Amino acid sequence: MPKINNLSISTFDTPPFNINKIRADFPILNVQIEGKPLVYLDNAASAQMPQQVIDRLVRYQSTQHANIHRAVHYLSELATAEYDEARRKVQRFINAGEEREVIFTSGTTEAINLVMHGYGRKFIGAGDEIIISTLEHHSNIVPWQMLAEERGAKIRVVPVNDAGELQLDAYMNLFNERTKFVSLIHVSNALGTINPVKKMIAYAHSRGVPVLVDGAQAVPHMKVDVQDLDCDFYAFSGHKLCGPTGIGILYGKAALLESMQPFKGGGDMILSVTFEKTTYNTIPYKFEAGTPPIAAAIGLGAALDYLSAIGMENIAAHEHALLQYATEQVSQIPGVRIVGTARDKASVLSFVMEHIHPHDVGTLLNQEGIAVRTGHHCAQPVMQRMGIPATSRASFAFYNTRAEVDALMAGIRMVQKIFA
Amino acid sequence: MANLKALYQEVILDHNKKPRNYGAVERASHHAEGHNPLCGDHLSITLAIADENIQNIAFNGESCAICKASASMMTVAVKGKSRADAEILIEEFLAMVTGKLDLNIPDQKEKLAHIGRLAVFAGVHDLPTRVKCAILPWHTLHAAFSSVAQVSTESEFDPMHAPIGDA
Ligand SMILES: Cc1ncc(COP(=O)(O)O)c(C=O)c1O
Repeated sequence: MPKINNLSISTFDTPPFNINKIRADFPILNVQIEGKPLVYLDNAASAQMPQQVIDRLVRYQSTQHANIHRAVHYLSELATAEYDEARRKVQRFINAGEEREVIFTSGTTEAINLVMHGYGRKFIGAGDEIIISTLEHHSNIVPWQMLAEERGAKIRVVPVNDAGELQLDAYMNLFNERTKFVSLIHVSNALGTINPVKKMIAYAHSRGVPVLVDGAQAVPHMKVDVQDLDCDFYAFSGHKLCGPTGIGILYGKAALLESMQPFKGGGDMILSVTFEKTTYNTIPYKFEAGTPPIAAAIGLGAALDYLSAIGMENIAAHEHALLQYATEQVSQIPGVRIVGTARDKASVLSFVMEHIHPHDVGTLLNQEGIAVRTGHHCAQPVMQRMGIPATSRASFAFYNTRAEVDALMAGIRMVQKIFA
Repeated sequence: MANLKALYQEVILDHNKKPRNYGAVERASHHAEGHNPLCGDHLSITLAIADENIQNIAFNGESCAICKASASMMTVAVKGKSRADAEILIEEFLAMVTGKLDLNIPDQKEKLAHIGRLAVFAGVHDLPTRVKCAILPWHTLHAAFSSVAQVSTESEFDPMHAPIGDA
């Protein structure tokens, strides 16, 4: 159990962070479950959407929609401009060097698959090695396994300690002259561990190896600067950022993206097509075949505006205080054990209860209106390493409150009482 | 959903704490393992069947409370019954929990004539992700009858396949 010092409650409602005002932006927080107010603690799976983003989607769909990049008429030009503006918002949000380094995908999963196909299938061959970690989400395991199987390449895995922290010495020892790619999770969705990716990237670069970072759980909770990290690729999803589903981002360094082969073929990703030969479009369009989710991209842009107005530093501070409070509270309940006790954690409280299966915990908490995730969190290797089949996971967002943490604790005690 | 809380409070906890017919039948004539990789539920059922009659049945394993209670009550319900009657009960239970038949609709209720106390599990239907917890023992029993060695409520042949979601 990490020791918690200086529990700060000052960040909970001091300006500019006004929790009541923020909560009023989220209409879904008024939903009642089983006649009780919703306590939404499944933000790592998907975050809720503020009215500002909902309104933006409505405005786009009611006054601005047409297909992009295709016609000279007014609406098409307007939609194209809004879509391009959304890309610039993403660029600014993660501090990408250039607009064309930001590719719209359907989500983190597609972003990773794009790199597997576009980079992996072009540059990784028989006997080559790819390094991933024990903490990976299945979406950063399975694509590399598919590639390894197809190409006769090998996957090497960075181990974790009992707290759920990656072992950096072991990581460095995994490198050899066959190491061709590294793909690492930034923040663990199952345990909340924040991995020292900047250091890990620097080491990989010293060995001449490019690195992809799965930032699905990092971007919503902290300021991410891709140039500062110096990552070669960075993937994340819009729906975990208060944006719509169906939109995600792959950031990639321009030179790498240019060296890659396209992932999908179709309209918009070409400059010219004859039956003899097709010339591919420049980046980012080379990787955006077909009509993209235009509304979702614009909605994501609005979500980033919303988060920026609150300030990622404020969000991180509030969530950190909540996590500390929840950690402290749950530590006081006998029979409950936190899984994942890394020193650096973000937003996730995974736990198991003695003699009570997580699915029963989740079902009974739901009766109290409390939404948590139970199961293996699409990270079965993490569960195996921790020696458990599943956990219950509460994951916090900036609109969660101390009162909601208290409700969770009361819920946990209620479950214990039922099973007593 | 109110049914669901009742399910926990009245039945599941009793059978979770004091599972009936827990263990293994010695010199079993039939045996099957049930497995749900998604939640890690694992169940072993052993039977002594003679003259088409279930003379003895036992189960053991690691699972959530819904699965364990379902297994416990299942063993009580089928012990001493003929294999054919047990198969009828399996069909009725699956139909009820998966929502094919509804006890609240009179002409459907007729087709659930043997359900008896197992009716408490009807509420599980409200939670699709828990249905497979409740039906794992019954699939496993069916598999044991036909001497199928392994059964999984997550196999691609399982019509009830319902992942717990993502993230
Ligand atoms: C760490 C991590 N990587 C990848 C994903 C996959 O994201 P998506 O399903 O939006 O593609 C998730 C969430 O589901 C995640 O938490």
